[in-house]
Amino acid sequence: MSLVKIFSKGIWKENAVFKLLLGMCPLLAVTTSAENGLGMGLASTFVLVCSNTVVAILRKLIPPKVRIPAFIIIIATFVTVVQLCMEAWIYGLYQALGIFIPLIVVNCLILGRAEAFASKRPVIDSAVDGLGMGLGFTLALFILGSVREIFGAGELLGFSLFGTAYQPVLLMILPPGAFISLGLLLALMNRFEAAKS
Amino acid sequence: MKEMSRLLITLTLIAACAGLLLSLVESATREPIKEQRRLQMLKALSAVLPEFDNSPDTDIVPLQNGVDKKGAPVNVVFYRARKANQLVGTAFKVIAPDGYTGNIEIMVGVDPEQQVNAIEILAHAETPGLGSKIEEHWFKDLFKGKNLDNVDWRVKKDGGEFEQITGATISPRAIVGAVKKGLEFYRDNKAKILAEGGQQ
Repeated sequence: MSLVKIFSKGIWKENAVFKLLLGMCPLLAVTTSAENGLGMGLASTFVLVCSNTVVAILRKLIPPKVRIPAFIIIIATFVTVVQLCMEAWIYGLYQALGIFIPLIVVNCLILGRAEAFASKRPVIDSAVDGLGMGLGFTLALFILGSVREIFGAGELLGFSLFGTAYQPVLLMILPPGAFISLGLLLALMNRFEAAKS
Repeated sequence: MKEMSRLLITLTLIAACAGLLLSLVESATREPIKEQRRLQMLKALSAVLPEFDNSPDTDIVPLQNGVDKKGAPVNVVFYRARKANQLVGTAFKVIAPDGYTGNIEIMVGVDPEQQVNAIEILAHAETPGLGSKIEEHWFKDLFKGKNLDNVDWRVKKDGGEFEQITGATISPRAIVGAVKKGLEFYRDNKAKILAEGGQQ
């Protein structure tokens, strides 16, 4: 498989959210605005690229019996790195994402890629796979965050879209709004896929 | 046995490398994080205190206010703001434990006459769009100029004088109650808080 293919399958064909339905917990919880979605997505992407790379480097050294704890240590390390750096340099986002930054550790997307891809493939392939998967995840978080922010607050990335007359649909910001918009988005995507084939 | 030791050694090595990396990152970010927290604190203090020219985050008086559920002492820190060496206000943090979703942290600033100068919501997890309206200016401004005697410290629904938020009475009720308790604690300990020097 060429690197381009490895990269692009993460964005669309095997998109973590739209196709594999992985990483639902952060997806549903933090997408109250496009900015939060973007921040969460990029943080996860960083962790995914680093963990995939390191797992691929160590893949022949890690005995299969302890691979899961080894992966988790690696992932948790990078998550902590992200958390410390965010608190030091992007404090606003750190506060907005709160508890969901440490919870990147248990995002099954990341462990899933380490187990299914990085533990079997060369380093470069794994890094590219992590980047593709991460950006695909970011894209999904950004789309869902935008939809919820547009309807739920009448804004996009903090800019007012419809003026003050617009009455926000509060439901979209609340947890049910996450499920409803994700469901509708998935339905739309399936409709397009069906039409194509 | 040989396999066992291999498992142990691999995991130990990975964990040791992880620890090393983390300690490096931690030492690199320690100062910036401290600075961010200090800026955050100063921002909250400037929001609730009148103009000052000292640094209230170091001119502090910590007092014990009861114990928590586990018996550990609960400390309230009073930040004193001065201008030209004259005390112009005191700020302290109160925590409302009875918010709709978890604790609400509030910074309260009072002037020397024990009137509320302003309040600022530091942290909360109230419902976005309903309870989160406690962050809006009109709500925070309700507390300006209030003291323990000139107003009934309850929300209107409970027979008091504080406007509640439509669809969210619990959050304002929690805040009004917490600020009132804070003011009472301030009144009862005024002598200690305003004592010259304090614990700098």
